[in-house]
Amino acid sequence: MAEVVFDHVTRIYPGNDKPSVDDLNLNIKDGEFLVLVGPSGCGKSTTLRMLAGLEEVNKGSIRIGDKDVTTMQPKDRDIAMVFQNYALYPHMTVADNMGFALKIAGTPKEEIRKRVEEAAKILDLTEYLDRKPKALSGGQRQRVAMGRAIVRKPKVFLMDEPLSNLDAKLRVQTRTQIAALQRQLGVTTLYVTHDQTEALTMGDRIAVIKLGILQQVGAPTELYDRPANVFVAGFIGSPSMNLNTHPVVNGKAKIGEDTIELPTEAVKKLTAEDNNQIVVGFRPEDADLAPANDPNAFSLKVINVEDLGSDGYIYGNIITDGSAAETAQVMSDQNKLTTVRVNPRVLPKVGDTVKIKIDPSKMHLFAPSTELRLN
Amino acid sequence: MQASSNISQLDPRAAKATSVTAEDEHDNSVEPQALTITAASSNPKMFTLPWHQPLATWPKDLLANLPRGISRHVVRFVHVGDDVYAMKEITRQMAEREYEILRRVQKLELPAVTPIAVVTGRHDRNGDPLEAILVTKHLKFSLPYRALFARNLRPDTAERLIDALAVLMVRLHLSGFYWGDVSLSNVLFLRDADAFSAWLVDAETGDLQVNLTEGQREYDIDLARTNIIGELMDLASGQLLPGEVDEIEVGNRLVDRYHSLWSALTDTDKFRPDEMWKIEKRVDKLNELGFDVDELEMKTAEDGKRVLVRPRVVDAGYASRKLLRLTGLDVQENQARRLLNDLDAYRASTWREGEELEIVATDWMREVFEPTVRMIPREYRSQIEPAQFFHEVLTHRWYLAEQAGHDVPMAEAVKSYIRSVLPNYKLDKKDIDALLEEADAGVIDDEFSYNDPDDDGYDPDDDPDAAVWSH
Repeated sequence: MAEVVFDHVTRIYPGNDKPSVDDLNLNIKDGEFLVLVGPSGCGKSTTLRMLAGLEEVNKGSIRIGDKDVTTMQPKDRDIAMVFQNYALYPHMTVADNMGFALKIAGTPKEEIRKRVEEAAKILDLTEYLDRKPKALSGGQRQRVAMGRAIVRKPKVFLMDEPLSNLDAKLRVQTRTQIAALQRQLGVTTLYVTHDQTEALTMGDRIAVIKLGILQQVGAPTELYDRPANVFVAGFIGSPSMNLNTHPVVNGKAKIGEDTIELPTEAVKKLTAEDNNQIVVGFRPEDADLAPANDPNAFSLKVINVEDLGSDGYIYGNIITDGSAAETAQVMSDQNKLTTVRVNPRVLPKVGDTVKIKIDPSKMHLFAPSTELRLN
Repeated sequence: MQASSNISQLDPRAAKATSVTAEDEHDNSVEPQALTITAASSNPKMFTLPWHQPLATWPKDLLANLPRGISRHVVRFVHVGDDVYAMKEITRQMAEREYEILRRVQKLELPAVTPIAVVTGRHDRNGDPLEAILVTKHLKFSLPYRALFARNLRPDTAERLIDALAVLMVRLHLSGFYWGDVSLSNVLFLRDADAFSAWLVDAETGDLQVNLTEGQREYDIDLARTNIIGELMDLASGQLLPGEVDEIEVGNRLVDRYHSLWSALTDTDKFRPDEMWKIEKRVDKLNELGFDVDELEMKTAEDGKRVLVRPRVVDAGYASRKLLRLTGLDVQENQARRLLNDLDAYRASTWREGEELEIVATDWMREVFEPTVRMIPREYRSQIEPAQFFHEVLTHRWYLAEQAGHDVPMAEAVKSYIRSVLPNYKLDKKDIDALLEEADAGVIDDEFSYNDPDDDGYDPDDDPDAAVWSH
């Protein structure tokens, strides 16, 4: 059991000017499941590898518990890289498959048996301990592999995209298992993924990283409900948040012919650099159809609709007046259409123009110049 | 995870190796709807394969009955025209990533299996998606380590395999390849005279970088040690390991071998200016280890009294390149050394020491090597490499001569060898079937591969595990 601390950690690869990880400060609490998430090349794997001892740290330090491990060899750090393709040995029993690494380390036999039995209980493998892998199902084989990491009782588990080599079916199943297992064991865990769904469903806390810079750390709901900047807003959540830049006129956001009200304290925070504009974000579920005469709604030209039975989705283009400032600039990485979730019984038709009203308490506002949250 | 960090800084050969770049799964990287084959070969037979079927259910007549290693994924050897390809069913990201990295490794002339294709957009007859397949070329004459232990072997086999693996690891590390999953299972072995040579076959977790950190190298070594000991303990559990082998000692040997080879290739020597002959000695030693020195770095130490010498660029395959130049034969390093020695002996015995070696080599090929290897019986031609056959015949001939007390003609030695030694090379069908069954015992992601203990038709969808995990 241990806390992990990244203290002003920087990694610059030889020959690069820009750091791959830049002045990272991050605490993983004792027993916590922290998910590090970000797009390809954001520095998340580099961060994990620095903790594993596979990458050098150019500036700053890393601590596991009260030990400074910054320059320590990987094998001395008491960490376990889980799932690095553990092979199952066909002639060994399940118990031996799980415990052989302890045997190598010279752990006494009784201790090995004890730890293997404990792990088997957690993994629901007790009745299979004396069987060979051949007699197991795929899920059970997978759990034997997990058992190998568990019996070592490391201070920290490191998982780098552990689900990427599993097919879709096994991936969802294993995702639940890893999260449940980590909670039972209470071992501090750093989990790296590019998949925000994995992050939201598994982590106690999520750290979002982009281009080597930590964007926000918080509980899944915190990141979902109050993203600190435009990047986090667009990255977390699926379908992703609608994000557009609009002119601010008389304290209101001008969307095409329409205007919507903005909280005064948010508008006050805009600066000259923002050029009288504001980024308005809302999640597809935080808006709804509104009557044609609603003064606080905007018009959407419906391009496509989806009826999923329980939910309906409208995809459309915000109708703008064509002025330069109004070319609805989409800042999230989803397709350029605005998405709204509605009651599937009242889905409009493709080609219709509808009014959409954003729930004012669920509106996310950002400054265009800094991309930081305003409300 | 990217397959190669900082691609632009890699050796240009590796940087330009492929058009395939593995991407994370996101919106703009969707699975192709139609079958897509990205191939490094233009074998038209590739299109005629039953891609719409899960690999585990492909018809038997397509499969080559060759021994496979243990894998977590479904792997099959498939006849495609005159070639045999290894097919591995994995997720598209993994397939693309491994293809990409194997292409780069191949361009660096490292010993690794040759990637042939990535097949994506597979669907079954109902239109349901199937996983991608990575296609690599089967390395002819190679065997997984388990197949080597399935026969009666010399007691030092484990050690010789370890030595080969140490050489492979050092070569990969020198080229900036971090493996991340070193084990005997992830390697194929070729006989190389009295030794073995090891070839990288699984690069799923690998990464190509400009230089490796010490932490990466040490992690690979530590993981290799653990995996090797585990693999040997497994053989011991199956009574396949000679009793006198100490698994932990063999694992430790890997660590020692790696370190001594690494330091021979990379350490800086200090000489006095009047000891320059020591440089030559260092180069000779590297040649003995099978490495060519392309560049030496020499500089004067700060005190001005000593010269610091360090090899900067080393290439493996010193003897094999020399033999290739002389004869056109492309063989393993130790085989090459043996053949070069025989060529030297031939030159001496025919009194042609003044003649150019290239000309003598042509005659040696015609008069000695080719007549010998032509005698390999047809049924063994896919089992033993000609150069290995030649090497073993020479060794056999030496023993015969020692027994007889006089020289034995080559033709006689060949006949005796074919009669008494060669049959040991044959893996019978029973052995292969046992190996294949073992190999499938570790597959985790394919319902056709499980032998359900209760035989109640295992279906991952209603796996009781889900319930176990939820409380």
